Amino acid sequence: MQVNRTKQIGNYLLLSVIAIILMVPLLLGISLSLSSSSSISQGNLFPQKLVFSNYVRVFTDTHMAQFLLHSLIVSGVVMIGQLVLSILAAYAFVFLDFKFKKTAFVIFLSTMMLPFESQIIPNFNLMRDLNLLNTYSAMALPFLASAFGTFMIKTSFEQLPPELKQLSQIEGLSHFQFITKVVMPYCKISLITFALYSFLTNWNMYLWPLISTDNDKVRTAQIGLRQMRAQDTASNWGLIMAATIIVVIPTMLIIFFGQKYFKNGLTSGVIK
Amino acid sequence: MSIKLKHIKKTYDNGEEVLKDINTEIEDGQFYVLVGASGSGKSTILNAIAGFIPINDGTIEIDGRDVTNLPPKDRHLAMVFQNYALMPNLTVSENIIFGLKARHVDKEVQQERLNEVLQTVHLTEYKDKRPTNLSGGQRQRVSLARALVSDAKVILMDEPLSNLDAKLRAEMRREIRALQQHLGLTVVYVTHDQTEAMTMGDQVMLLNQGRIEQIGAPLDLYNAPANTYVADFFGSPAINLLDGQLMGNRLQFVNGVEITFNHELAGPVRIGVRPESVRLTPQGAFRGRITHIEPLGDGTNISVEIGAAEPFRLKVSDQLNLRTGNEIAFDILPDQMMLFDADDRLVGLGPINELAV
Repeated sequence: MQVNRTKQIGNYLLLSVIAIILMVPLLLGISLSLSSSSSISQGNLFPQKLVFSNYVRVFTDTHMAQFLLHSLIVSGVVMIGQLVLSILAAYAFVFLDFKFKKTAFVIFLSTMMLPFESQIIPNFNLMRDLNLLNTYSAMALPFLASAFGTFMIKTSFEQLPPELKQLSQIEGLSHFQFITKVVMPYCKISLITFALYSFLTNWNMYLWPLISTDNDKVRTAQIGLRQMRAQDTASNWGLIMAATIIVVIPTMLIIFFGQKYFKNGLTSGVIK
Repeated sequence: MSIKLKHIKKTYDNGEEVLKDINTEIEDGQFYVLVGASGSGKSTILNAIAGFIPINDGTIEIDGRDVTNLPPKDRHLAMVFQNYALMPNLTVSENIIFGLKARHVDKEVQQERLNEVLQTVHLTEYKDKRPTNLSGGQRQRVSLARALVSDAKVILMDEPLSNLDAKLRAEMRREIRALQQHLGLTVVYVTHDQTEAMTMGDQVMLLNQGRIEQIGAPLDLYNAPANTYVADFFGSPAINLLDGQLMGNRLQFVNGVEITFNHELAGPVRIGVRPESVRLTPQGAFRGRITHIEPLGDGTNISVEIGAAEPFRLKVSDQLNLRTGNEIAFDILPDQMMLFDADDRLVGLGPINELAV
């Protein structure tokens, strides 16, 4: 009992320290975003007086609103694309019979071992040759097929009781009806988890959007943030922090509200 | 609707023969039970009838129509599964009309049939609940209702009661049987439970390792088992199988007891004695020490060490004031003996001769 108690205190202590380390930059950002520039230039880490003008100026003085819209479009398209393609691919791997199924899946999965950075140059060449640089397509296309998504959704499809497949066969459901009426509702949690994961990953993507674009026509919020530091606003830390907080908000919301899905969805394939 | 299975063979890709020449005819309105231990092939037969798995040889006819190569949806049957196979995101009603919706049956007809079957299975007040809020028995009723609503005349049931507790199982046994008789359904019922096979079936097929051991009415299988496997499968406690030797008109049991016994056979035999086919009497030819005793209230199960390979199982309908270690003597009722040859096949039944020591 005593040992457990000490262990528990130790655990909480460790977790608290990690939490503080992780929270400090965020809290500092929030604090600075609410301070006036004069207060920051005097070296104050906390606002003398709460000002919200930084948040207003993000939308009036910078192109952040546009960047956010671009991000929303790209992430949305990729999320839907990944979801649809992963569902279809996983369906084939789980419910259809064809030759070399296992081999095909292994090859499919092995693409996960190639880091995206190593694919950047061929991808860039392809997009350039297709004349797609500086378009949404260039930013979304390379990510539409997701080996991880297929793997995760396949694992969840495998949990479907075989009887539901048999029932659907007796009732004469088509493949499409079986997917939409039986498989998808049954595996809802995994699908939502993957959709959220997919959205977040793309929302936070930096390198590829930067490389595949050379003007602001379709650039995303992450690049917008980087630009703010390079431009004349560079010294305006309050403004930069306000913009950063705005960009982080979707991540925070998804993690906060999606936590239960992440917890169930990502582990559901493991238990049982 | 009748079902005919002709020379059904099924071999897995790894060469394992799961069905070896299955032949039978299931009559219209019959409750047909496929029973056997796990791996006997009973579920494989059901899956073959449903069309979930292709068979390697033979034909399946439903209502005179060869359906061997038809997909499941064209075989006009319904199925009830062991784990209910209900959609957790749909209500009871939605689950029941799931198939009707997929077949685009008229909405009004759907509602009409839904209300009908809800009453049949006594679930009207639960129609808007979700399966997770129902008990196991209620879930199986939903599954049953879904099979009934389709209007299919053949219903396949794959161990539908295995997930229920004992009391509920007995209740559902009666309910399913009554429903089947009332609606005149043809039911093919898979189970590993001998009680379900005995109490529900009109006709029972006992399978063992992909072969048919025997087909017949439940009591025929009990009273005249074709071989020792069938004899051993039905009945609880299990039948006693004693080794013996036939010599002229004498039958000598393995423990030395000898009786007069006329049979053309000579040599080693096995004698089957049901636990209840005995009479306790102090003058009994068989005697020994009680190794185990189970008072059941309405009777008593006793195991007695009689010098055979294993203790002799007795089942009497009295409460006995006996305990482990006591001596007990009994006689075998001669007209209920079964005689099996060296190959374990039934060769004789009942009063072959007077039992006399």
